[in-house]
Amino acid sequence: MRSPFRPDVGPDRALLDDHRRLVGSLQRRGLLRGGLSLGALTMLTGCDLTSSKSVQDALLAISGLNDEVQALLFDPTKLAPTYPASMVLKPAKFNAYYDVDKVKPVDGASWKLELGGLIADKTPWNVGQIAALPENEMVIRHVCVEGWDYIGQWSGVRLSTFLQRVGADTRAKYVAFRTADDYPSSIDMATALHPQTLLATKYAGETLADPFGFPLRLRMATKLGYKNPKWITAIEVTNTYSGGYWEKRGFNWFAGI
Amino acid sequence: MQSTRDTPAEGGRLHPWPVRIMHWVNAMVMLVMITSGWGIYDDDVIIRGLHFNQWFRLGAWAAPSLQWHFAGMWLLVFNGLAYLGYGLATGRFRERLLPIRPRELVQTVIDTLHLRISHADLTVYNAVQKLLYIVVILAGVSQVVTGLAIWKPVQFSGLVALLGGFQTARVIHFAGMSVIVGFLAVHVALALLVPQTLWAMLTGGPRVRSRFARMAET
Repeated sequence: MRSPFRPDVGPDRALLDDHRRLVGSLQRRGLLRGGLSLGALTMLTGCDLTSSKSVQDALLAISGLNDEVQALLFDPTKLAPTYPASMVLKPAKFNAYYDVDKVKPVDGASWKLELGGLIADKTPWNVGQIAALPENEMVIRHVCVEGWDYIGQWSGVRLSTFLQRVGADTRAKYVAFRTADDYPSSIDMATALHPQTLLATKYAGETLADPFGFPLRLRMATKLGYKNPKWITAIEVTNTYSGGYWEKRGFNWFAGI
Repeated sequence: MQSTRDTPAEGGRLHPWPVRIMHWVNAMVMLVMITSGWGIYDDDVIIRGLHFNQWFRLGAWAAPSLQWHFAGMWLLVFNGLAYLGYGLATGRFRERLLPIRPRELVQTVIDTLHLRISHADLTVYNAVQKLLYIVVILAGVSQVVTGLAIWKPVQFSGLVALLGGFQTARVIHFAGMSVIVGFLAVHVALALLVPQTLWAMLTGGPRVRSRFARMAET
């Protein structure tokens, strides 16, 4: 029998998408069981705890909770410290999920930036059109999740400027990226609109070298290094969570600094 | 029996139940933080050549170690705040850890070097114990502060500058871990040498009169 409490009209599809992640991460039984296992198993640090499914689920649920906390901690008006150009490391430090000799350079002449999702004008962009956009420069600290850091000088159009230019719906939750090296990534809209979030085309005043993402890469002063995809080929504005290369392997999604 | 010894002048147990709970929660979460921290450390070592064997690391590689570290931090902070609040509000810190007299400190060190370690009275800490407990509590506080600086070097850029920069904050975080591990080694060794102390932290230990009760008598 149909429950009298069941509404006649189902919830908006977009709302469901909005909360799918949250719902997925907050299965009460899983959280309870996970929490209990977490408590009990921490006494046995010598064993391989992380192979247990329920422990993994609990840790992922807490990582999701930490995403929410970090979004609250993120101050969209707070600027990251900047540094004198004399401190810039040349060349930049290379890091990826493969070694530098495995880098496959992108041909600038045939390269296109495709747009998708909640964007009004989805016409693809080429290198010349990107270069004609207003350019900003920032000398900021790159912080890697591994612990090392360096000062880098990045130039390019602000992502916020670009999103406005193409008529993106900036009330959407996420901006997602696809890259030539198969390194999908996604960020929150608040960080996408931060003034120190650039679609970088230059490093230390010169066109990006191949290992560092020529012709276009993301560079954010407010997130860890692995959140900055190189060799971007497509940008999508969306309300659907899509994670990223390292996030699928257990790294934290928000990764704000 | 115990009850016949209860007089109005006598107070609660040496370790009241909140202290015991917070102690064992802290012991558990400290192990999680230390061993997961070793897992994170290994990707970019601070001391060249110093690696932590996989057996001692919590998490098969950096991602799970980071997950453990950033899950454990909540328990560490909330339990730590409760412990600090309790110690300050009940006067336990002042009563158990102060005062530390320099002469007493020197004498205890000399006694210890001569292997004259007295634990006849569990209810009174000697000067070295008091100092070590204060140091490890401060190290715990320092770990939270430096941890916050490393986690959010942009949102808390002022804190990072105060600590002398991002890498310096990392080194202080590592040093704080070393202090806590050093304390842990001594603390556990002594607890095993004098098992009554371990038993007291499980069951509460002997009943003690508070300083205030003693003051009221004089």
